[in-house]
Amino acid sequence: MAIKLFGRTRRLMDDIDDFLALLSESAIGFQEAVITYLDQGASERFDERLNQVGESESRADDLRRTIQRDMYAEMLMPDTRGDILKLLESLDELINKFEETLWYFSSEKPQIPEDMREDYKELLIPTTACVEALVMASRSFFRDVETVSDHLHKVHYYEKEADQVIGRLKNDVFSTDLSLAEKIHLRFFAERIVWISDSAEDVADELMIFAIKRSA
Amino acid sequence: MDIVVLIFLCSGLFLGWSLGANDAANVFGTAVGTRMIKFGTAALICAVFVALGAVLSGAGASHTLGKLGAVNALGGSFMAAFAAAFTVYVMTRLGLPVSTSQAIVGAIIGWNLFSGFPTDTAALTKIVGTWIACPLLAGVIGVVLFKVTTAVVRWGKIHIVRLDSWTRIGLILAGAFGSYALGANNIANVMGVFVASNPFTSFNVAGIFNFTGIQQLFLLGAAAIAVGIFTYSKRVMLTVGGDLLPLSPVAAWVVVVSHSIVLFLFASRGLEHTLASAGLPTIPLVPVSSSQAVIGAVIGIGLLKGGRGIKWGVLLNISSGWVTTPIVSCLMCFIGLFVLQNVFNQQVYRDASYVISTSVMERLEKDGVATDRLEKLKDQRFDKVREFRSVLADVADFTSDEEAAILDRGKIDYVIVDNSKLWRLEELVSDQQFGVLWPLVGRSYLHPWMLAEDLAEKSDAWKSRPETKANKLFNRRLEQQRHEVYDLFRRPEPRKE
Repeated sequence: MAIKLFGRTRRLMDDIDDFLALLSESAIGFQEAVITYLDQGASERFDERLNQVGESESRADDLRRTIQRDMYAEMLMPDTRGDILKLLESLDELINKFEETLWYFSSEKPQIPEDMREDYKELLIPTTACVEALVMASRSFFRDVETVSDHLHKVHYYEKEADQVIGRLKNDVFSTDLSLAEKIHLRFFAERIVWISDSAEDVADELMIFAIKRSA
Repeated sequence: MDIVVLIFLCSGLFLGWSLGANDAANVFGTAVGTRMIKFGTAALICAVFVALGAVLSGAGASHTLGKLGAVNALGGSFMAAFAAAFTVYVMTRLGLPVSTSQAIVGAIIGWNLFSGFPTDTAALTKIVGTWIACPLLAGVIGVVLFKVTTAVVRWGKIHIVRLDSWTRIGLILAGAFGSYALGANNIANVMGVFVASNPFTSFNVAGIFNFTGIQQLFLLGAAAIAVGIFTYSKRVMLTVGGDLLPLSPVAAWVVVVSHSIVLFLFASRGLEHTLASAGLPTIPLVPVSSSQAVIGAVIGIGLLKGGRGIKWGVLLNISSGWVTTPIVSCLMCFIGLFVLQNVFNQQVYRDASYVISTSVMERLEKDGVATDRLEKLKDQRFDKVREFRSVLADVADFTSDEEAAILDRGKIDYVIVDNSKLWRLEELVSDQQFGVLWPLVGRSYLHPWMLAEDLAEKSDAWKSRPETKANKLFNRRLEQQRHEVYDLFRRPEPRKE
C-alpha cells in the first residue's frame, strides 16, 4: 500500500516534470518554426515544425488530464491541488497559443517584407525567453518555492522587452508604402507573437500568488 | 452508582463536552478544515487519543489543581465544574476569549473562599505563571520548529506533491499526539474537581492492571469530551481551518506540533521523571489553554516573518482573559455554592475539625514551626476551618506556609487500620510496605500523619527521602501511596459520649 502510494507520488512528480519539459520544447519549436517561415516561407520544413508543436500540444493535453486524475487520487490538500491544476491549465493554454499562432502562419501565409524579417526574429527572442523563464519559475514552485520570484522578474523583463520591440515594429510597418490591408495583416502577426509573452506574464502573476501562499 | 452522584457529575460532563467541542479544533482544525481528512476519521482518532491521554497521563495536572483546593464534597465539585462550564459558555457567547483552565481555577478559588479552606498561594503562582509561559513557549517552539522544517524542505528540495503528502501524514500523526496531550493536560479541568470526592473505587482488571478510581473518573470525562468532539466540533473545525488557511500547510503542521508539545510538557510525568533523574529542573504539571498554545505558535511564526499581519489586539485579549475569566468564574461559583447550600440544602463542602494536641505541637516543631505561639490553643478543639483560621490569625501572624502546616498537622482525620480492607492495598504498595502494615491492624490514629510516622519507623520503604530533585519522584509516589492508605482506612471519628 505504502509502496503503491509512493510509486504514484513519484509518477505524478515525473508527469509534472514532463509537462514542463513539453512547454519548454514547444517554445523552442515555435521559435524554430517562425524562423523557418521567415526564411523559407510556408515550406515543408515549416510544416514539420508545426506538426512537432502540434504533437507536443496533444501530449501536453493528455499529460495534464493524467496529472489531474492522479492529483485527486493523491489526496493532496485541496488548496494546493487547486493551485497546481490552475497553473498547469494556464501553462497548457500557452502551448495551445504556440500551435494556434503557427496555424495562422500556415493558413494566412503573411507576406513579410524582407527588410522586416529580422525585426520579427528580434521579436521572437524575448517572447520565447519569457516562456523559458516561466518554465524555470514553475519548476522552482514545485521544488524550491522561495526562488520562484528570482525567475519571475525575468518574465516581466522579457515581456517589457517584447513590448518595446513590437512598438518599434508597428511604427515601421505603418510607415511603409504597403496597402492598409497588408499593414494590418503584418501588425496582426506581430501581435500574435507578443500575445504569447503577454499571456506568460499573466501566468507569472498567478504563479506569484500561489508561491506566496506556499511560503506564508 | 447512586443517581445523585451521576447528576452531580453532569456538570463535569458538560464541561468535558464543551472542551471537546472547542479544543478538538486546535488539533484537527487544519486537517479537517482543508478537507484533507474526513471529519469522522479525525473525530475517531481524536476521541481515542484524548481518552488514552486522560487515563494514562491525566493525573499529573490534576494533582496540581488538587493542591490549589481539594473540593471535598460532590455538591461543591458539581458547582465548581458548573460555574466553570457556565463561565466558558457565557464568555464564548459574548465573544470573549476564554479557556476552561482559567475558568476552573477561578471556580476552585471560589470554593475555597466559600468553604474557608486556604488557597495554596504557591500552587496558584505556579499555575498563573504557567498560563503566561504556555503561549510564550509555544511561540518559541513554533519558531524553532518552523526554522528547522523550512530549512530541511529547502535543503532537500522536496517536491510540492511529496511535501504535501508528507504534511498530510504529519498532520494526522501530530493530531493524534495533540489529542493525547490534550487529554493528558486538560482532563484535569474537566474532572479535577471531582478527584477529592471521587465516587469510583479501584478494581483490578483480570489480574493484569489496576484500574484506579481516578482513571475511571477520567475515562468518563474523556467520554464526555468525545461526545463533544462528535456532536459539535465539526463546525468549529471548519471555521478554524478557514482561519488558518493563510498559513502554508507546513506552517499549519508546525502550529499543531508546537501546541501538542507544550500541552505534553505541562502534563507528562514521564518527562518529569526523566528530567528529575538527570538532575534537571522539572516543568510544573499544570492544565493550560490549548487555544492559547495555538495562538502563541501562530504569533511566533508571524514574528519570524517580520510581524506583518499579526493582530496585536488578540494578545491583549488573551492577557485580559487571564484576569477576567477566573474572577467571573470565582464569583459564579461562590454565588452558586451559596444557592446550592441554602436553597437546595446540599452539602457543598465537608468542614474539618482541628486540635492542637501535644503530639501535634511536637510534630510542628519538627516541621520548623515555632509552637510557642500556639500554647494558648493547646488541647482546644475547633470544628470549623473558618473559625480555626480566624483564631490562628488572632493568636499570631503566621506565614501562609506555617498556616498550611498547622492546618495539615492539626486536622482530625480519623483512620483505623482495618483488617478487612487491607487486601485492597496489595496491588498498590510493595511487598515490603505491605509487610509492615500487618502489625498495625486494629490501631487507630487521630491524624493520618501519625500513621505515616508509625509506618516510617517500621520500614524505610515508608520513609520520605531528603528533598532532592532525584528523590522528588520517590517522595511523590510515597505521598500517593499514603493517600491511598488514608482514603481506604478513613472513618468518621467516634464521638465520646
